[in-house]
Parts: sequence; structure tokens; C-alpha cells
Amino acid sequence: MATTKELKLKAAELRKATWQMIYRAKTGHTGSDLSCTDILVALYYQALNQTPETFKDPNRDRYVQSKGHAVEILYNVLADRGYFPKSDLLTYSQFKSPYIGHPTNHINGIELNTGSLGHGLGLSVGIALAGKLDHRDYHVYTLMGDGEQAEGSVWEAAMSAGNYQLDNLTAIIDHNRLQISGPTVDVMNSEPLADKYRAFGFDVIEVDGNNIAELVSALTTKNTPKRPKLILADTIKGKGISFAENQASWHHRVPTETEYQQGLDELDEVIGGLKNE
Amino acid sequence: MSNGAKAGDVICSELIELASADQNILAVTSDSRGSAALNPFATALPNQLIEMGIAEQNSVTVSAGLAHSGKRPFVFSPASFLTMRSVEQVKDDVAYSNTNVKLIGISGGNSYSVLGATHHSLQDLAITRAIPNLEVYMPADQYQTRALIQYLSKSDQPAYVRIGKKVLADVYETPAAAFKAPGKGNLIYDQGNDVTLVAAGETVRIALDAAQKLTNAGVGVKVVDLVSVKPLDQDLLNRVADQTHQIVTLEEHSIYGGLGSAVAEALAQRGDTAVHILGFPDEPAIAGTQDEVFGYYGLDADSVKSTVTTLLNK
Repeated sequence: MATTKELKLKAAELRKATWQMIYRAKTGHTGSDLSCTDILVALYYQALNQTPETFKDPNRDRYVQSKGHAVEILYNVLADRGYFPKSDLLTYSQFKSPYIGHPTNHINGIELNTGSLGHGLGLSVGIALAGKLDHRDYHVYTLMGDGEQAEGSVWEAAMSAGNYQLDNLTAIIDHNRLQISGPTVDVMNSEPLADKYRAFGFDVIEVDGNNIAELVSALTTKNTPKRPKLILADTIKGKGISFAENQASWHHRVPTETEYQQGLDELDEVIGGLKNE
Repeated sequence: MSNGAKAGDVICSELIELASADQNILAVTSDSRGSAALNPFATALPNQLIEMGIAEQNSVTVSAGLAHSGKRPFVFSPASFLTMRSVEQVKDDVAYSNTNVKLIGISGGNSYSVLGATHHSLQDLAITRAIPNLEVYMPADQYQTRALIQYLSKSDQPAYVRIGKKVLADVYETPAAAFKAPGKGNLIYDQGNDVTLVAAGETVRIALDAAQKLTNAGVGVKVVDLVSVKPLDQDLLNRVADQTHQIVTLEEHSIYGGLGSAVAEALAQRGDTAVHILGFPDEPAIAGTQDEVFGYYGLDADSVKSTVTTLLNK
């Protein structure tokens, strides 16, 4: 069991690796990666009952990343957890590399291909339903964006999760309130999300999505019997890089050399501080 | 030999047998168990019928999740909704993710006739044929349907099957003769070398009837049942093209992108074989019974005979 301090350090180091990877490749969804970093750390280092060795085990927990564009942080988490060598990521987005800009199941640790928004919850409903049919006690987690909530297929899937009373399913919304064109409430207002998911049969837990301790607690609390769970994780897009925080323009922006260095300095300072605590 | 059967009834009875022996086989429906003739399945194996409500996109996506966890789902939905409303789910969640989902498009083509173009699927072959890693089939009679379902229940490959609503007259005498493998069609009529009629699904019977009329009129004719629209039987098409150099395709689909297009693509580079495509024109189909509409668009046996005669006399 890792301590909260260890998990915070892990998150800071993964933010740095992601920042470096995007700068090196000159492509990536920077703001989206940094927004959900703490969620992925809480999942992969604490909640998810899965390791590289058990990835094909039918009893493993599953994770489906519906917001596939935040793939850079997912790759870095999987590499750090040992699903593939970290050096593989040097090929990210290069000619013929399997490490492309959205998750594919050609890569060890990735369950299903995503990228087009609005698919992850439905895929997870199918996986959870299979678990019920087979009387297995694995749990399925999926991470969506808040902009993604405008996709109609999300609500078809939510309806079926409630209908089938999937208490082995936890959906998480990375609720950073920004999408590519601006504030989500201005682009297409999907609020009140908590009320909507409750109406679809979910238990809803609202947490600070950049607070690892709160996330771990929400992710590891057992579902109420017969109810799927939604964790509405309030996050900051671009979290950890001062000038990228809460900026829609950083959705998929690549840092300039000056910005890169400044961001690196900020992340190194956080890492140093946590190490000295 | 019986007089024929509906493909949907055959699939249901075959699937009950297969699913009784393998509890991973599931029938997934979108409030379509009645039109898919699945009520006997629902009665026999209620725990293996997954109802998704009127939500075709979610039916496909959830099935991909089921398949990813070891299930073998057969998704039943009207072909129009399954392949067009859900096309992205088919492309991403089934074909691209390579999940073992079998898509059964019921009431395909012009089956819904007077219900109008919202319910017709006259573009489904064009769409599904262009998706990598997806097999596409159109069974012509009960024996072929049975053999196809048996193959699909063992295969791990994503596939789309389009069936219609009406009773299919028998074309074959046994399942083994009707369907052999993916990418294998059948030369089912071989009486001379003037023209080859190529068909799939419900048009196979029409092609055979037209062939009989052409034979009676002294025309040398062959008939190919393609059944596997993708992968295509390139060898068989080359063989008949070697002998006839005149192909006429017959399909319950838009003249764009379907069976005729597939055959034309397969033979274009030869440069020695003409392909004439008979199908539905580029417009919403007119109202009428399916037979009336087929006649109107020149897809009945007499019209096909007359078209072929004109082509050969050019």
C-alpha cells in the first residue's frame, strides 16, 4: 500500500515524463493529460487489481480510457508499471510506431481501442455485464471527459448501466470544465452532471480530482449493491504547469522551448519538495 | 426437399442449438426480438438474450465489451440501423478493436418496402465492405444460412450478415454444398459461355430463374452465388471471366458500392471483361411490395433476361 506522499510524487514524476514526451514528439493532448494524471495514479497504483502479469487473467479488473486523447499519460503510467519498456515511448507518434495518439490494443495493457468519444462507458457496460453473467467479481473502470458528455452514446450506455444494475462498474468524469473550444458550459452545457447520473441509476461521489487521497477513497469504496458508481472528479486542466492551468488553449498545445524549460523547472521543484518532505 | 424457409427462423433455431451447447453465445437485440424471429430463443435461453432497448449504437458497443470478456454475441437489429446508425461503433469497437461480434442485419435491403427509405438498407454493403477486418455475408437459402451460422459460431472474426424477411426458396440441397468458407462462392449454374450472372442473398433465386429463361432462349449462361461479399472469391470470378467475358451482377442494394462494385473492382484490371451492374438506382426506392419494386427496377427474372439479351446483341 503506497502512501499518499508516494503517490503524489509518482504523479509529479509522471507529469514530468508526459511533458517531456509531448515536447519531444511535438504532439499530444497536454492539458488533458495533466488534468487526469492524479486519477490514473490513484487507479493504477492503488485501486486497480491488475498487473502486467495478470493482464490476460479473466478475473483482472479492467480499465477503459474513454477520453482516449489523454493517451500520453496512460502510456507513461503503463510503462512505469512495467507493461512495456519505457524506452518504447521514444518512438511515440513516429513512423510505424504502435504508440500512436490514441489507445490501441496492440499495446500491452490497453484493453480496447478508443479515441472517438462516447464509446468507453458502453464498452465497460459490456465488460461488466459479462462479469455478471460469468459470476466473476472483477471491477470495470472507465474515464470520460466532461466535454464528452455531449455524445448521445454516453447516455445510451448510462441507461443500460442503470438498467442492468451494474455494481461492478465505476465511471469517472475528468471534470475540468474546459474543452477544445472553451468552457464546457458555453460549448454545450451538460450540467448538472451529478443529478443526471443519479437519475440514470448511479451513485455519484464528488471529489477533488487532483487530490489523490480523495480519489483513492472514492475508487476503492465498494459500490452500493445493484448500483453503478460515478465519480465526478473536479480537476484543473493543465494541472501542475502554472501557465497551462485552466487554459482551454492548452488542450493539445505543444510547449515552446522556453515554455518547456519553465514547465520542467516547475515540475522539478514539486518533485524536489515532495522528496524533501 | 422443402419449399424454403425464412433466414431469420433458420438462424434462431440454429442459434438455440449452438447456444445450448455454448453458454458464451448470446443474442443481443434492440427491441427487435420479434422482427428478428428470436422469440423462441428468448423462451429457450432467457439468460443468453441481452435486451438493449431501442439503442443500436449501444447494442454494438456493449457487444464489443461482452466479446472482449469471452462472450460470443450475435447482435440482431434492422440492417439499416445496425450498419448506418451504428457504423462508427462497428468500425471502432468491433472491426478495429477486433472483438468477436457477429452483426446480423435483419430485414435488409428493400424488405421493409412500403415503410420507406428510413427502413431500407440499400447502402449497407458499400459501408461494411469498406471497413477493414469485417467479413460480409448474404445467405441465399436456408441451407446456406444454417452453414453460415455454424461457421460464425466457431469463427473469432468480426462479421456482418445481411438477411431479408421473406421465405427463401431453396437453392441448395445441403448446408455443406451451400457454404464452404470465407471468400468462397459457388458456381451454381453452368450452361454455356455467353454471360455470367453474379448474385448474392435474395437475388440468387432471381438469377437462377433468369438463367433458366436464357437457356431456353439459346443463350449460354452461368450463375455465381457469391455469398461471401467480403472476402471476395477472386479465383471464381477470374474463372468465369476467362470463359464468358460478360458479367451481369444482380443485387438488392444501391448500384453504388455493393456487389456489382465489388465484382467490377475485382475484374477491372483484366481489361477483357464487361461488368453490367443491376441494382437500385441512386434515389429513395419507390413504394410497393418487394416484388413490385423489384419489377419496377428491372430486378425480376424476365427483366434480367431481357437486359442480358439486349447486352449480348449489342
